[in-house]
Amino acid sequence: MHTEDRQKILGAVRSALAPLKNRAAYPEYDPVFALSKSYQPGAERWEAFGTEFRKVHGIPLDHPSALAEELIGQKALFGYCDPQIAEIIRKVLPGDISFETEFDRAKVDVYQFGITRAAGAIAETGSVILNERTSASRFGALAPWVHVACVSSRDLLGTVAEGLEKLGDDPNIIWVTGPSKTADIEGVLVEGVHGPGIQICLLMD
Amino acid sequence: MIDSVQKIDNFAQDLTDEVRHSVHNASALKTKSRVDSLWRDFEDPDRMRKIAGDIKQHVVENLDTYLPKVEEKLTSNGVHVHWASDGETACRMVLDLMEKIGATKMVKTKTMVSEEIELVKYLEAHGKEAVETDLGEYIVQIDHDHPSHIVTPIIHKNRRQVARSFEREGLGDYNDDPQVITARARKFLRQKYLTADVGLTGANFISAESGRLVLVTNEGNSRFSLAATRMHIALVGIEKIIPRDRDLVLFLNLLARSATGQKLTVYTEFISGPKGPRQPEGPEEMHVIFLDNRRTEVLDSRCREILRCIRCGACLNVCPVYRQASGHGYRSVYPGPVGAVLSPLLAGKDFPEMADLPKASSLCGACNEVCPVNIPIPDLLLKLRDKAKQEHVASPGSPPMAPWAIMASQPMLWKTALTAGKALDYIPPELVPVPEFQRWNSARILPEWRGGEFRKWFRSRRRRPEDEKGACDHAH
Repeated sequence: MHTEDRQKILGAVRSALAPLKNRAAYPEYDPVFALSKSYQPGAERWEAFGTEFRKVHGIPLDHPSALAEELIGQKALFGYCDPQIAEIIRKVLPGDISFETEFDRAKVDVYQFGITRAAGAIAETGSVILNERTSASRFGALAPWVHVACVSSRDLLGTVAEGLEKLGDDPNIIWVTGPSKTADIEGVLVEGVHGPGIQICLLMD
Repeated sequence: MIDSVQKIDNFAQDLTDEVRHSVHNASALKTKSRVDSLWRDFEDPDRMRKIAGDIKQHVVENLDTYLPKVEEKLTSNGVHVHWASDGETACRMVLDLMEKIGATKMVKTKTMVSEEIELVKYLEAHGKEAVETDLGEYIVQIDHDHPSHIVTPIIHKNRRQVARSFEREGLGDYNDDPQVITARARKFLRQKYLTADVGLTGANFISAESGRLVLVTNEGNSRFSLAATRMHIALVGIEKIIPRDRDLVLFLNLLARSATGQKLTVYTEFISGPKGPRQPEGPEEMHVIFLDNRRTEVLDSRCREILRCIRCGACLNVCPVYRQASGHGYRSVYPGPVGAVLSPLLAGKDFPEMADLPKASSLCGACNEVCPVNIPIPDLLLKLRDKAKQEHVASPGSPPMAPWAIMASQPMLWKTALTAGKALDYIPPELVPVPEFQRWNSARILPEWRGGEFRKWFRSRRRRPEDEKGACDHAH
């Protein structure tokens, strides 16, 4: 049945297009003209990222030492942390903030924060890049109210175009541009719909 | 109710002020943020729209090579590819895939294609649970309503209506604070994600170069649907292809700004297969169902440009008719200007039922100007009007032209009518004994009668000596 429909559809496509004498050509263009005016190619990347990230209500943190204060301010004292960075994170957090390194589905609403690695960030739009290889748990970056994406300065990218060039062969890449949000009800902005209400990006090194 | 000229007028008249205001305000706001964000960020957004349109037109006219190409790419990425000629086939495929893994529950994201084929209704009739996870779509689902906008499905509802629905569904006491409503939906839908077996999504784009499916959402519901489930099914219209990954620079920038005035939607996902081996969560199986459902008929028509559409909703927001009539007035899944083109085309043999939609437009051209892929919607509306004429589709509401034709061919009769028409200034319209006239007049106000003015002017003008010499004598 499936192959039958395949033939049917492709056959219909071919016969619909057959009468066309000239098919529209692919327009060659330089994607640089789709670069945002506010993006300064020479600017310091973390600085530039931070500016855009704040515009979409993200919170950039310059150093791991700033994390404890932020989590306490958000009253997020128990959470999940990616095992690959657990050691570094434990060193910068006080004893009353604790976390687990294996995400337990039963605690989906119990975890107050999730700390995961990020594969990079895009300065032009203030987007954090998560992918399958770098980020340990899809839930960890999504379910808790506070998500901390930990990025390394060598993974900071300039533009959306660079981000697209570097998609590579990872099967699941996600760009996160601010906290989860909706304006479905009367156009009123509400943050924290299904994903985090607080989106932090922490510069690790 | 006043029986007016067109079905959509009748619908608009029945709207409550509450709905009309909701729709009008929200769409006006979106139109403004679209313009602001595009012109603030780019030197030449019009050029971006045009190139994006050219790219999509290239795809549409080369689908015969792109479809097999994208199929091959997907397959080599470990994705199962299926083809469905019509909605029923697609629904059955989804059901079969669910049964194959013994699935009873599905969480789904917002996809217009699933609305088109009424997937949820089908699955529910076959004993499956299918939950909408986009907040707006979830509200539409519990209200047994239909979305009235492509991007903002409950643009026609206000917070009080939503609060009443949540109260009715047992999601808490009446509270119309959007923050509270959203928090309740978050809590409730979490359990739905965690117990679901299958996550169903659409695709905003699919790259022929890499076989990557691109999904954009703001709420994070698509990501959640693909974290907790075992199987990912993507329903994709055959026109959703883009040639190369780098083309997304244009499409992502244009889509988010055109839809909501954002630089990028919050979650932009690039999915090229099932979960990676070290990833603890996520679907182990991924299926893409390419759906035709009369798209090849559209491809075979003079209106194939409409297949460029990326479903941003900008033409709805800017349209003066949509703003007055709301989405349900279009009686189909796709409302607004894009719907006025697409719905009649997708209706197949029911075209006559939808042939009035292309007439529900003043052809002001705003839809074309805002379109991120530069679709000449007014031209397509004209072609569809022509199609209706060629196929002798009755045109309800058109005033009868025969009496006019008789008068216009007899100068004396015409002159008399022009003088007699003056009476319309004094007789109340409801007393004129012509039903067609009464209907037409019920929704409009006639201007003061000016019949005969031109003839009077023309006669007096010819008596002036400089005109007597002839029209071409101005060179001296």
